[in-house]
Amino acid sequence: MKLKTALLAATAIALTGAAQAEELTIATVNNGDMIIMQKLAPEWEKATGHKINWVILEENVLRQRVTTDIATKGGQFDIMTVGSYEAPIWGKQGWLMPLDDLGEDYDYGDLIPSVAAGLSADGKLVAAPFYAESSFTMYRKDLFEAAGLTMPEQPTYDQIGEFAEKLTDKSKEQYGICLRGKPGWGENMAFLGTLVNTHGGQWFDMNWQPQIDSQPWQQAITYYVDLMTKYGPPGAVSNGFNENQALFQTGKCAIWIDATSAAGRVYDPKQSEVADKIAFAPAPQAVTPAGSAWFWAWSLAIPSSSTKADVAKSFIAWATSKDYVKLVGENEGWVAVPPGTRLSTYALPEYQEAAPFAATVLASIEAADPAKPTKDPVPYTGIQYVTIPEFQGIGTVVGQQISAALAGQTSVEAALKAAQDYAAREMTRAGYPK
Amino acid sequence: MARKTSPTQRAVVTVAAWSIGFLIFLPILWTVILSFKSETDAIRTPLQVLSAPWTTASYAEVQARSNYGAHFMNSVIISVGSTVLALIVAIPAAWAMAFQPGRRTKDLLMWMLSTKMMPAVGVLIPIYLMFRDFGLLDTRIGLTVVMTLINLPIVVWMLYTYFREIPSEILEAARMDGASLGKEILYVLTPMAVPGIASTLLLNVILAWNEAFWTLQLTTSKAAPLTAFIASYSSPEGLFYAKLSAASTMAIAPILILGWFSQKQLVRGLTFGAVK
Repeated sequence: MKLKTALLAATAIALTGAAQAEELTIATVNNGDMIIMQKLAPEWEKATGHKINWVILEENVLRQRVTTDIATKGGQFDIMTVGSYEAPIWGKQGWLMPLDDLGEDYDYGDLIPSVAAGLSADGKLVAAPFYAESSFTMYRKDLFEAAGLTMPEQPTYDQIGEFAEKLTDKSKEQYGICLRGKPGWGENMAFLGTLVNTHGGQWFDMNWQPQIDSQPWQQAITYYVDLMTKYGPPGAVSNGFNENQALFQTGKCAIWIDATSAAGRVYDPKQSEVADKIAFAPAPQAVTPAGSAWFWAWSLAIPSSSTKADVAKSFIAWATSKDYVKLVGENEGWVAVPPGTRLSTYALPEYQEAAPFAATVLASIEAADPAKPTKDPVPYTGIQYVTIPEFQGIGTVVGQQISAALAGQTSVEAALKAAQDYAAREMTRAGYPK
Repeated sequence: MARKTSPTQRAVVTVAAWSIGFLIFLPILWTVILSFKSETDAIRTPLQVLSAPWTTASYAEVQARSNYGAHFMNSVIISVGSTVLALIVAIPAAWAMAFQPGRRTKDLLMWMLSTKMMPAVGVLIPIYLMFRDFGLLDTRIGLTVVMTLINLPIVVWMLYTYFREIPSEILEAARMDGASLGKEILYVLTPMAVPGIASTLLLNVILAWNEAFWTLQLTTSKAAPLTAFIASYSSPEGLFYAKLSAASTMAIAPILILGWFSQKQLVRGLTFGAVK
């Protein structure tokens, strides 16, 4: 009898113990906002008694690592960081758990609608937005003033070309324009995708035929190569986001068109030599506003193989809540709060004061609609990417061709012809064109 | 020296050797230099980097954010464990191949080596599935076994080449004196092959220490060695060169020091039997 009671008691303790303290494994990338999340997570651990194991990997390694685990149902991760490119694809595959039950006080209505739409599959949210970004124009107001120029409220690419010409002084290592040149679907093609969209182009037509050698692509890429060759920094083919940020922060660029998430960094006097000399404008446009600024959201999702879904949901609800935004503001400074996810963030007076770029960022994110990325109708969603699994490969090869054109190794026409041929071959192989 | 060399010749050779050595060492040196600079200085041009002030801020930040000790212990256990395990299997195997070769020994050796010619990612999914079913994902035992299997062909090959240099008459003499097979391998062969075994051991510890495909794919947090520690400091956004360099320096320092102290042994082992 005694033994039985003791056993029962032990079992009860073990069971409640298991229910109380779980170990979550969270896979994420080494971005500033994630590092802050890692730093603040002990607050959640203290409040709930659970423990978190962090796995931090480089973006591409993470993508491969996590794909292997989900596809084999390895169950190694309870929460993973996914981008807005993967979220709908993986959601459709049934790889991610729906997140429509994160609690009553989660306030789904407060999520920026276009952001939530970009992270849903079949109408259900499959990843909770952690921070989101669009693209916009950053420029040096001191240089503009000195040259007697004014940035219009909505610049066009023709105007950007004129400004870049006037603001280039190679003897002072001052370049009119800095744009991404490093090849990759998430590098140069992110910017070039928006440039093609606003020139009226698209990746595929309604029959999934690649359109890379079409007129709008020719115009957009010719403009880009010409602009960068004349007014861009030397060696632009190796410049990605980080390299351009470094150039802009050290005063080498007059205009930089890139992610809105750069705003907090170039505006931080600890990192940036030009913090007090910059201003912001929306992404430039050419013939159409559609798809002229990109959309990207890093978000938190639960793989369907996780056995600790309830605890994982509790963490996600915490990390993407309004209270978390406030927690970051109070601990790390208001300029560091995760941007682009909740409307309430932009209503906070502390944030408005600390981040004068907030309104421009919000407008860019709200205007960026992944569901309508181009002038003419297309069969896909995504502005600077196409939400099909084949896109990563195609986007990177096209990016390499354009990078070669920028380096002067081939002509724009030849590069686009080669890119078109490659894309057509890959799409046929994947069984797309109808 | 067998031939006479003029002082000029010797000077030229010395300068050339030092230049090549320096060139090979330069990336590591540059990593160490960057690790002592601030993030904003680390992305400047090389001359500006050198003149920028020195700081240990990156080390402090890396220390605060990661558990270096745990990653370090995992690296030690996995690399030493897999090497010892591989030696236990490979010494008898290499003995058999060197002293009792059969008709197919050469083919067998080639076949073993051919497994190294396949890209590792080709067997990722099968191994991942096996690990999942045996509960070996993110365990040090699992990783040790995989590293043993990966390095086994090289270990057998190296030991085979060393053993072939040992005159089989000595082993015969031991047998005449009544030594059993086990004793023959343990007390006669092994002591004579110590330089070879030592350099095989060192080389394999280094290979296992630096292996970055399987160690990243099969671990998450508990068994993650120093390669995962380095990988966690690469970033698609923001500045990270200085912190990444600091993490790299901390990860390679132990193996670099080990290599430094054992270089004599390493070189002797690697050139063992090359000069007759």
